[in-house]
Amino acid sequence: MKCVLILGASSDIAKAAARQYARKGATIFLAGRNEEALTGFSKDLSIRHNVIAKFVRFDADDVKSHASFYKGISPVPDVVICAFGYLGDQAVAQNNWDECNRIIQANYTGAVSILNLVANDMETRKSGVIIGVSSVAGDRGRQSNYIYGSAKAGFTSYLSGLRNRLFKSGVHVVTVKPGFVDTKMTNGLKLPAPLTAQPDQVASKMINAADKKKNEIYVLWMWRWVMLIIKSVPEGVFKKLKL
Amino acid sequence: MRSKKDITNWGKYPVAEANEFVFDSETNLKKIIESSPSSPFIARGAGRCYGDASLGENIVSTLHYTNILEFDPVRGEIFCEAGVTLEELIEVILPKGYFLPVTPGTKFITVGGAVASDIHGKNHHKEGSFSAHIIYMEIYAADGKIYRASRTENVDLFEATCGGMGLTGIILRVKFGLKKVESAYIKQITARARNLDEIFDLFEEHRSCTYSMSWIDCFQKGSKLGRSIMYAGEHATLEDLDTKKKKNPLYVPAKRKLTVPFNLPSITLNPLSIRAFNFLYYNKSPKNRHVGLVDYDTFFYPLDAILHWNRMYGKSGFVQYQFVLPLDVSKKGLTEILTRINKRNMGSFLAVLKLFGKQDDLISFPMEGYTLALDFAVRKGLFEFLDELDKVVMDLGGRIYLSKDARMKSDFFWKSYPKINQFAETIRKYNPSSTFASEQSARLQLTNHYHKK
Repeated sequence: MKCVLILGASSDIAKAAARQYARKGATIFLAGRNEEALTGFSKDLSIRHNVIAKFVRFDADDVKSHASFYKGISPVPDVVICAFGYLGDQAVAQNNWDECNRIIQANYTGAVSILNLVANDMETRKSGVIIGVSSVAGDRGRQSNYIYGSAKAGFTSYLSGLRNRLFKSGVHVVTVKPGFVDTKMTNGLKLPAPLTAQPDQVASKMINAADKKKNEIYVLWMWRWVMLIIKSVPEGVFKKLKL
Repeated sequence: MRSKKDITNWGKYPVAEANEFVFDSETNLKKIIESSPSSPFIARGAGRCYGDASLGENIVSTLHYTNILEFDPVRGEIFCEAGVTLEELIEVILPKGYFLPVTPGTKFITVGGAVASDIHGKNHHKEGSFSAHIIYMEIYAADGKIYRASRTENVDLFEATCGGMGLTGIILRVKFGLKKVESAYIKQITARARNLDEIFDLFEEHRSCTYSMSWIDCFQKGSKLGRSIMYAGEHATLEDLDTKKKKNPLYVPAKRKLTVPFNLPSITLNPLSIRAFNFLYYNKSPKNRHVGLVDYDTFFYPLDAILHWNRMYGKSGFVQYQFVLPLDVSKKGLTEILTRINKRNMGSFLAVLKLFGKQDDLISFPMEGYTLALDFAVRKGLFEFLDELDKVVMDLGGRIYLSKDARMKSDFFWKSYPKINQFAETIRKYNPSSTFASEQSARLQLTNHYHKK
């Protein structure tokens, strides 16, 4: 059966994806820093779905550890989901390099570091799927969250380049742009209901995209149009907007 | 950044403007509680208590704390985090030949809620309430420590947590025993009772039956007062099943669920429509005693088939009034209360009568005697009427179920729960500065926050 490695497994989207893959009988590696929550979750997956599920310590920021981390994953994964990220605080990040750097590391540098290793491995094996959870925020920089947005923009570009490179090896790369999602991270924020997806919706869309070899997906169809409009506003006008 | 939201429980009354926090580990929970040393928190699961027991300014939701940590199919024991729902547990345990030891009339509640309310089911007279099946639990107390509590370890904490409405701390994990079953079906006996005498006789007659409860028509008077239908049941064994069901005895095909999509106008449930419903319901039931096979969902959770049924009561919500009376005065009290309901034309759409067995725990609701649960839409005059009923209940030595309560006065509460002083003392020990408090606990003067404006 399939083996799925989830990087940043304690996010709600990652957990929903883990459950859905476990329901199909996949072996699940839950990688992340939150050992307490993920150990519990691995037990839960094994009990509910009768599958093998394991916690593996993984720190996206600690790029030096990535090679040995990936070597430790056995059996080798058929699917790798890169779900970690850090929204951060734009206002703080503008004035504080640590916060700014943390956003860049968590959303871009860390992802590139681990996915380079995954990509090289899958390329040699000539099989595999990489799913990257990027963001609609990467489609255009806006004053309210352009540091996060630019890191995600970088990640989106990285994924499209990777897709291009790995196509000939039969390795598929999916880019997911979830939009607003009702999660622990957004709990307490007022989100517009029609534009807000449930983690389960995001997970089933991305698993479907992986199965059907779709390249780039928005979870709710409205987002494709919303972002199309946002992207087509001329820069001269865009810079005057409060977004 | 963080904004408050309006939160209500199942009765949609009252509404609390609250900060809602979620956690997925002890570490996160500790951060949340320590972030706000002055304002109290209250745990909340699926929000299926009816009133204000899990409402407050700062709500700690357990809905992201939902791992099943151990399931021992040999011993029939399960260990899970507080946010796991009974529905999820059934999905895991039933295919392995187990069922919940105790279940209320909905499976959409969490394990934490089951403990905090010390829920009871149709089998209370035989198998007690939920707490009778707990092996141990772990509780996050106000001092930031996690305590393991059972009937032999930290006994005071255990006793005050079962039915303690979350006032001892946050229930983190619970280990409890399950019930072995051969099938997902129940052998159900249906019997009509023309009045209160007959239904009391039916309950006595079915005392040895594992499950029993009855639906009662509150609009009947005189010789028909207490007209009702009794449902009793046993888990069906393999022999009880036909060949088709025998092939897959632990599996029930999924059914379509109905939903009430929005709040109906409050006029929907009026004396006339309720009378009509009761008439049809009674008359469609088999005239003579009937034994049949039903799946567990139909037997235990008939209302779960209609999602959001609470919206039938309209925007202003409803109160469920559930009381219990000591056995020897049950008939007298029920006659009096049903008569009063009739006089005021206050008839309840759903009225459920049940005979409890003996229970003598610290703050748990059940005691030996009859319990009646009534739903009333919130409207002018209701609370005064319920105060009158409280008086009848109090004079007869009965009490009200805290999980359903949204309006009881504190002096009635303090008089009606006999071990209340000991309970309050344990709360003071584990929760000395009201780190955990709800609107209910403040109203009942168990904690000293939220003085109602």
